[in-house]
Amino acid sequence: MRKVSFPYVGNATITFKKLMNAFGNEVVLPRRPTEETLSLGTKYAPEFACLPFKIVLGTYIEALEAGADTLVSTGGVGPCRAGLYTTLHEKILKSLGYEFEMITLEPPGRHLKELIASIKKLVNRRLTFADYYRIIRFVWKELQLLDKAEKLSHKIRPLEVKKGETTKTYRKCAELIAQAKDYKDLLEIEREIELLYEKIEKKDYDPLKIGIVGEVYVVIEPAANLEIEEMLGDLGVYAERSMFLASYTFYNAVMDLFRMPGERDVKKLASPYFKEMCGGHGRESVGNAILFAKRGFDGVIQLSPFTCIPEIVAKSILPKVCAEYDIGFLPVTLDEQTGKEGLRTRIEAFVDLLAAKRKHKAMNKKGDVVYGTLLGH
Amino acid sequence: MKIGVPRALAYYAYYPFINTFFQELGLEVVVSDPTSKEIIDAGVEDAVADACVPVKLFHGHVKNLMGRVDCIFVPRLVRINKEATFCPKFLGLPDMLACSLENLNNMLEVRIDVGKSKRQLFSLCLSVARKFNRGFFKAWNAYRKAKESLKNYKLEFLRGAIPPLGISVQENKAEVRLGVVGYPYLLYDPYVSLDVINKLIKMGAYVITPEMVPEGEKRKYAEKLKKTLFWTFSNNVLRTAFHFMETKMVDGIIHVTAFGCGPDFIVDKIMELEAKERNVPFLTVAFDEHTGQEGVNTRLEAFIDMLKRRKIKEAIVV
Repeated sequence: MRKVSFPYVGNATITFKKLMNAFGNEVVLPRRPTEETLSLGTKYAPEFACLPFKIVLGTYIEALEAGADTLVSTGGVGPCRAGLYTTLHEKILKSLGYEFEMITLEPPGRHLKELIASIKKLVNRRLTFADYYRIIRFVWKELQLLDKAEKLSHKIRPLEVKKGETTKTYRKCAELIAQAKDYKDLLEIEREIELLYEKIEKKDYDPLKIGIVGEVYVVIEPAANLEIEEMLGDLGVYAERSMFLASYTFYNAVMDLFRMPGERDVKKLASPYFKEMCGGHGRESVGNAILFAKRGFDGVIQLSPFTCIPEIVAKSILPKVCAEYDIGFLPVTLDEQTGKEGLRTRIEAFVDLLAAKRKHKAMNKKGDVVYGTLLGH
Repeated sequence: MKIGVPRALAYYAYYPFINTFFQELGLEVVVSDPTSKEIIDAGVEDAVADACVPVKLFHGHVKNLMGRVDCIFVPRLVRINKEATFCPKFLGLPDMLACSLENLNNMLEVRIDVGKSKRQLFSLCLSVARKFNRGFFKAWNAYRKAKESLKNYKLEFLRGAIPPLGISVQENKAEVRLGVVGYPYLLYDPYVSLDVINKLIKMGAYVITPEMVPEGEKRKYAEKLKKTLFWTFSNNVLRTAFHFMETKMVDGIIHVTAFGCGPDFIVDKIMELEAKERNVPFLTVAFDEHTGQEGVNTRLEAFIDMLKRRKIKEAIVV
């Protein structure tokens, strides 16, 4: 039996484990990336590799040490570097003396044959058509539920009365989902999640709203972005990120089959500023920032790994876009040296600025003498 | 009418074509001044901090041209062959400029996507000529002459000369043969690369760059990697390195790269691993806007000395 492992992607790791198990493989569960993982990755990765590359390399080494013999990851068609990561990971790991097979899941648009061949390698059990249907329906629903639980936690965290309650609830939800065995369970859990979140005591006020855009891995994986969403939530800010795993999978795996990868409306919004597809999520970052501005958000935070090319392009465009739409902008570059406290300081300052801006705007609207009121308080 | 051509990025790979084409259309071509401290500083001022030096330099060169010309030629290189595209920074270059440089309003943005067929390049040239109200025959003439001059430029490289650096002949009896690989906008910009090539020649090396290896030879190594790289320049560099390693035509390889270059971390690591496997001496030199002369000199000297000693040792063993 194959012993499969894969990169760690938040709570969806459990879902992938279930998927691989259903296909008849043993799974070596990747660990949540820690400092140790990152330093392992940094040790063997080239200096200018981006943060996701280093984290994933560290995760692979840990999984191989734990006895995995097959690594599964996704490919890509460029021009973002991430499409070549499996090739380079394989080379580096082999040069370190590990023996394993690397299976790359390429996007179906241009590499349908390779994708089918790779999936065939992973299916080690006789499955009927009905089985496939069952598995896919279950996995899809589970991904959606995970996203839902997370979205609800973001919405409720800034409103909670007792600090930390939402985080606790969210962990409980993730656990519940992890234990689900079939589709029926998931439907039950869905109702339970809603109930759990409803039970949390909430304040009634309109929190500051900040949108998070950027490169997919650092946006989705809390271990890579120093739990920025929790940080924002604790400051009483409603943070919404532009990418979730279910929709990301849908747009990049399914729609790619019809040669339409990526979200179309977002692309259209970005096109006056960003005329060319330049790989990664550079264009989506710009488009989503505009979308957030149109929805009345107060600010946008761009998360990007150091040396990420598409995000650098986006970073030079975003200040102008954000100024035009009158919305705050904070670029955050992440690498293995980024410290949590430094980030917290920057974010606190950013949030204070946005709060002041909002107040200023509100006063202007009422027609008060702006400075008089400010001095008066 | 004056057209400005920034002396950066794709300029070094294609300047005979660009310059001849615009000249033949009857425009006055103004090339920005050779890179200097002022140009780098001007670029660093306005470009986004994370960008690599070549991109910052491009900003500087465009600023150097601003106010002097009627329009500034900014290419958006998308594809020149079927297999690969360019670094995302090339793809987003005009967008970056438009947002970073405030009063830039005379940008002639040309999207170069000519990978599908040979005719595409001419139809692109024609559409550019139309923008300046030049007719079909004028465009055709300019296109032919431009192509001819690019061909001559490439031929000169194959003969062992390096025209952008003004090197016409290299001593063939040099002690060590050195493969110097890297992107044209670094290798052939003497200011930013601290004149690495001339330095190496003075130290007694015969330098071979990727442009000096025939296309056909490089093609042979296209299947070496499981997956072709996504970037045209990177493929060129990597295949040249493979060629050097397989044919043993050089004693050592130096990779010249820019600090924070996106594609190069993959190219560099692959070359490093392959060179180790085949026991070929390999050195990476990374440049940024702060790189000091002496540090680089020391490293280059040490590398060349090591190669010379190695050669003597090998001769004794044989």
